[in-house]
Amino acid sequence: MVRKHKVGLVALSGISLLAAATLADPGFAQDRPGPSGSNAEVADSGKQIFEEICQACHMPDAKGGGEAGARVPALAGNRNLANKDYPIIILLKGRGGMPWFTDILTKPQIAAVITYVRGHFNDYKDPVTVADIDRIGSTNPPVPDCNCGH
Amino acid sequence: MTDFQSPDFLAPPTRRQLLTMIGKVGGTAALYQAMTVLGHAAESQFNGPPKLSGARPGASVLVLGSGLAGMLAAYELTKAGYKVQILEFQGRTGGRNYSVRGGDTIAELGSTQTVGFAPGNYLNPGPWRIPYHHRTVLHYCKELGVELEHFAQLNHNAFVHHKDAYGGKPQRYRDLYVDYKGHVAELLAKSLNAGALDTAVTADDKAKLLEAMKDWGVLDKSMAYTKGVKVGEQRGWDRPPGGGVNGAPIPGDVGSLSDTLSTKVWQQIGFYTEHVMQTTMFQPKGGMDHIGKAFAAKVGSLVRLNTHVTKIAQDDKGVTASWTDTKTGATGETRADWLVCTIPATVLGQLDIQVSDKKKAAIRALPYGNSVKIGLEMKRRFWETDYAIYGGHSFTDQDISLISYPTGNWFGDGPAVILGAYPFGIGAYKLAGMTPEKRIAAALDQGSVFHPAEYKAEFRSGATVAWSRMPWILGCCATWTEESREAHYQDLVSMEGRIVLAGEHCSYYGCWQEGALLSSLDAISRLHQRASAA
Repeated sequence: MVRKHKVGLVALSGISLLAAATLADPGFAQDRPGPSGSNAEVADSGKQIFEEICQACHMPDAKGGGEAGARVPALAGNRNLANKDYPIIILLKGRGGMPWFTDILTKPQIAAVITYVRGHFNDYKDPVTVADIDRIGSTNPPVPDCNCGH
Repeated sequence: MTDFQSPDFLAPPTRRQLLTMIGKVGGTAALYQAMTVLGHAAESQFNGPPKLSGARPGASVLVLGSGLAGMLAAYELTKAGYKVQILEFQGRTGGRNYSVRGGDTIAELGSTQTVGFAPGNYLNPGPWRIPYHHRTVLHYCKELGVELEHFAQLNHNAFVHHKDAYGGKPQRYRDLYVDYKGHVAELLAKSLNAGALDTAVTADDKAKLLEAMKDWGVLDKSMAYTKGVKVGEQRGWDRPPGGGVNGAPIPGDVGSLSDTLSTKVWQQIGFYTEHVMQTTMFQPKGGMDHIGKAFAAKVGSLVRLNTHVTKIAQDDKGVTASWTDTKTGATGETRADWLVCTIPATVLGQLDIQVSDKKKAAIRALPYGNSVKIGLEMKRRFWETDYAIYGGHSFTDQDISLISYPTGNWFGDGPAVILGAYPFGIGAYKLAGMTPEKRIAAALDQGSVFHPAEYKAEFRSGATVAWSRMPWILGCCATWTEESREAHYQDLVSMEGRIVLAGEHCSYYGCWQEGALLSSLDAISRLHQRASAA
């Protein structure tokens, strides 16, 4: 059963990738380091973006980690990635404990890292383009339902 | 006191009597409002510990999670007469209230570290400072006997570093702050004197503003911000005041407007101006986990450790949590009348929990921010001896975000631990993706910008926690937006049947222990109300 998600975390119609909500600045009143480190930069190649961002949770081998019920899902060998819309939606909107990445990554960076993860850790070789991201941004599909650990 | 006993209704009520009356008639919300009007309590929603009493004989509560929210719930519910049990995923109590010391093991996904700090040294990977208005945390520290000491927050003598400012050379916060207000004051004074603001301010206010800018910005006779003794009295000196023949101080050059702006020092000024970042700050002496340990001294005997909850069910008779013992593999069920669930949303979203679709959607719409901390133990306190920096933070635009100097044991001999990194966002992802060894090496590289001669030479040992890789939480703390609050917050915190959630994620004080405790008090007050009515 697919649950209807009434609310996306990011308003996707006419999406601005500089979304209002930024996770680099975790929000109202939270403890945080202060302003400086938000100037840290992310590289542009898919491989580098994976290493600088994704592997913090999904691990360097993209196999995720943890145990059932408290798991970071694997990106390697993940059949959900056969449909390229699936990872695009999740990077734009987040799901479960995973935040959206519209405040950290540009559209070309999102396209590059999804292309890398689908092609390098899986066998889906068709590239993801900025046009794909704009298409998802304009059609605003719901976030796929999940048991978020799998 | 007078001897004459006037009837109550004739005498004007004292402030205390008035508040008691308002509290009796209107409940705590009205009391809080009234106290705010009277100038009390605006600092916090905390009105003292809950007055729960009269639990039905034999009534039981199961608490999931032994972080501060869970242990506070157990502590107060036990006092109210409930039979309480706690199930805890980890092999320790405390949750994110956590300190690591020499000999401790840090088990992340993909790595294990053994901390090599000298005795007495510690790192607080999670919460590390307590604002003066976090009244709930401070109350329970007092009640449970946790010794607090000052936490040095704002240090004018610490540094600000931007790679594109001052050729990448760190500047003292004090210098930048004084330069910033000096230049702003000069420009405002120029605008005022040029008549540019004559339609916006009255002549009277204009005169006052000019006086204010001269004082505030330390401007000279021609209303310019320039090098001079008066500026030196705020900014420090090239040659400080002394005795005898060379006693006269020599002021240093002020920074240019462009250099000052390039440091973006207004960001640090704004940071320190926030309510939660203002002084006075506190910390438990010897490590933040003394709070968790104090709670555990009260309710630790109720905790079953290494217990991974796999399913939460409820019916009109009670709740059942199914679990697996992570050490033995044994499975079991724990039943109770009521349930307080403090499991973080990252993990709770993966569990089979019997609540409405609305609450499930709320749980699953709550991403967690990531953060990393890195403790660098140095052989000596060179930041004190060589730089006159006693506590506080030096900020940088590199991935580490800041380094923070230890409060406590100032002027001490022997090794001490600097917080070598505390980023959220991009910097945190980049560091978390590294092995602990590479993280520590990166922190040493980046932090060397502040103390180039000493930082690597005096390094002794390091320890780090990347919250995204802590297997029991998989993130640092909940990230709400205005939109997600609007859509999901009330669904998350509502009591459904016999289940109520609590924790920092169920508060407007996210990422703070105060939020966890306030959430817990609210949750158990509603639970007690429902249990009493049942």
